[in-house]
Amino acid sequence: MRDVAIVATAQAPSSAATTLTIPELLIPVLADLFARVEDRGVERADIDFWCHGSCDYLSGQSFSFVNAVDAIGAWPPIVESHVEADGAFALHEAWVKIQTGEADTAVVFSNGKNSTSPIEQIMALQMDPYSEAPLFPGLTAVAALQARSCLDAGVFTERDMAEVAVRSRRDALNNPFAVVRGEHDVDGLLAAPMSADPLRPHDCPPLTDGANAVMLAAGDIARRWSDRPAWIRGIDHRIDTQRLGARSLSESASAAMAAAKAGLGSIGRLDVAELHAPFTHQELILRRSMGLSGDVVINPSGGALCANPWMAAGLARIIEVADRIHSGAADRGLAHCTSGPALQQNLVAILEGE
Amino acid sequence: MMAERVAVVGVGQTKHDACRADVSIAGLVREATDRALEQAGLELGDVDAIVIGKAPDTLEGVVMPELWLADALAASGKPVFRVHTAGSVGGSTAIVAAQHVMAGLHDVVLAIGFEKQSDGNAMWALSVPTPFGMPVHAGAGGYFAPHVRSYIARSGAPGHIGAMVAVKDRANALRNPLAHIHEHGLTLETALESPMLWDPIRLVETCPSSDGACAVVLASESVADRMNGSTAWVHATAMRSEPTMFAGRDQVSPRAGELCAEDLYRKAGITDPFAQIDVAEIYVPFSWFEPMWLENLGLVPRDEGWRYVEDGRTLFDGELPVNPSGGVLSSNPIGASGMIRFGEAALQVMGCAGNHQVDGARRAMGHAYGGGSQFFAMWIVASHKP
Repeated sequence: MRDVAIVATAQAPSSAATTLTIPELLIPVLADLFARVEDRGVERADIDFWCHGSCDYLSGQSFSFVNAVDAIGAWPPIVESHVEADGAFALHEAWVKIQTGEADTAVVFSNGKNSTSPIEQIMALQMDPYSEAPLFPGLTAVAALQARSCLDAGVFTERDMAEVAVRSRRDALNNPFAVVRGEHDVDGLLAAPMSADPLRPHDCPPLTDGANAVMLAAGDIARRWSDRPAWIRGIDHRIDTQRLGARSLSESASAAMAAAKAGLGSIGRLDVAELHAPFTHQELILRRSMGLSGDVVINPSGGALCANPWMAAGLARIIEVADRIHSGAADRGLAHCTSGPALQQNLVAILEGE
Repeated sequence: MMAERVAVVGVGQTKHDACRADVSIAGLVREATDRALEQAGLELGDVDAIVIGKAPDTLEGVVMPELWLADALAASGKPVFRVHTAGSVGGSTAIVAAQHVMAGLHDVVLAIGFEKQSDGNAMWALSVPTPFGMPVHAGAGGYFAPHVRSYIARSGAPGHIGAMVAVKDRANALRNPLAHIHEHGLTLETALESPMLWDPIRLVETCPSSDGACAVVLASESVADRMNGSTAWVHATAMRSEPTMFAGRDQVSPRAGELCAEDLYRKAGITDPFAQIDVAEIYVPFSWFEPMWLENLGLVPRDEGWRYVEDGRTLFDGELPVNPSGGVLSSNPIGASGMIRFGEAALQVMGCAGNHQVDGARRAMGHAYGGGSQFFAMWIVASHKP
């Protein structure tokens, strides 16, 4: 495998709802991304491959990604692809492309304009279109079923879940891209009524609009473009059956497998892990399933509980780890993205500084 | 560094039809998948990773259906990857799948493209009122008709060229039992009497809305060499995209398509594409796009594509047979249409195209485009190793 690194990142300021169009959301993010490597002389023409992640239904428009190509300023025409998925999967495609040798550099970007559509109903349309989706099992309702099965099995408690929220919101105080942040105590959070039994508002992600981008480069190019590239030591994604009744909801076999295939078992000590856990209980499930030890700092950004633009939130996790490696705050980290109901599909990347 | 070699070892398609009420979306996908695996002599358990492509999810009303399809494809514990690049998606999905092998990541990758248009309403899905933009509400025909008019104006093509392509493609489709439209007895005369839908595009010059799926099994050299069946070696792949909105964009012959073809031929070592390519499956949803793409792809000189059509040079027994399968004009499950072009190109060089096999096909081109002609995906496959 070729050595590929993240050399620069950029994020749009998250908000609960923006009136910006997708190109308007992306143009400043891409400008910011290139501004970070301006002193290295990097221009758009130096980018061999572009890959975009987004979801038409969330954007409220068929072919919603088409106009994003305009945001790039793709003239002369570019080598470009799009995934109907989180930007973390677009990063995977770009990494594969660089592995073929047909590209040495890439820009990956994603947008999640979640405020455009009724997200609970939209995400219900991910499920079996003949037997389940017509009943519109909402995003939060499905997550609540998962939390309930964990609580009933005694895997963790509502208090454990609230502790995740307290830590995440406190950490988000230092994250300018968070839309929810603050100091709370566990008892105060648990005093709130449930919004979707057994979930309370603090267990759930905020509605978020967001966009972000990363720049990838191989080998010596990465060393020229960044003082401290965040090398992708391993990346993998796996899927589970979607059927909620056909798998144990209190664990994530696909997350465990993706982490193992990405090299978690052989990489050595992790400094940080950014887990795409939109619900508090999902962080607890992911930590258990991946076997992350207690001394790994989890979601120092505040995680998806504090800003969760679906289709960009997974790439944001990768950015948060890469940024800490770029700055020297961390040497080695794990980033994760989830997709589908109740942690059905999971991607894991392991990043390392030199 | 050099990419690993990759070969097509199986191609499977459904019977394409206006409404495949006999199967679910999953059943449609499995029909194509099972046929592709059968040709390859493989089983689902042999597949390392799956790449799925389809056009907008609004066509069926299922958001990211690859998640739900994981069960039907026995994919638990495997990578499942979703591509969406508008109408070119079938081609780009095959390319992304091939890249997983070229990168040395996997030995057997399954690429699937599908659309079950009867589950939804294509006119609505393709023209959803946009929250922040001017609605087009034209469907694809209304969108592309001005491009065709522009082509006619600048090339001087006579008005019957579109009908000639339709007669050819519909005749070719009669050789292909899987084609959606089997129209017997169509002549140039009757084609010209077909109702005008979007001037200058007539009904007979228009693709249908189809239910259908296509699957392609891609294998590494070590796996392909062990197999007894036919193989189509991937000699080159290329993709290009360009923006939608800017002054001076040539929508009749987009620069992205020209650059994509140039890149493709360079990678495949092709210097005279019209002579060196034995058969081409080109994405022609409206018949006039055949001469337009012949020019855009550099297969014929500019403004002369219509002459090649008029002289019969793209007929089934012509110098460069174009769309011997009947093409998009005879079957259009949108998300699969590009992969059908790629798969049909492979079948030709494998010698497995049945009654629409072009004699002596050794090197073939698959082409797909999408959006408003901003997105292009192409490959060259051949019977010999690159």
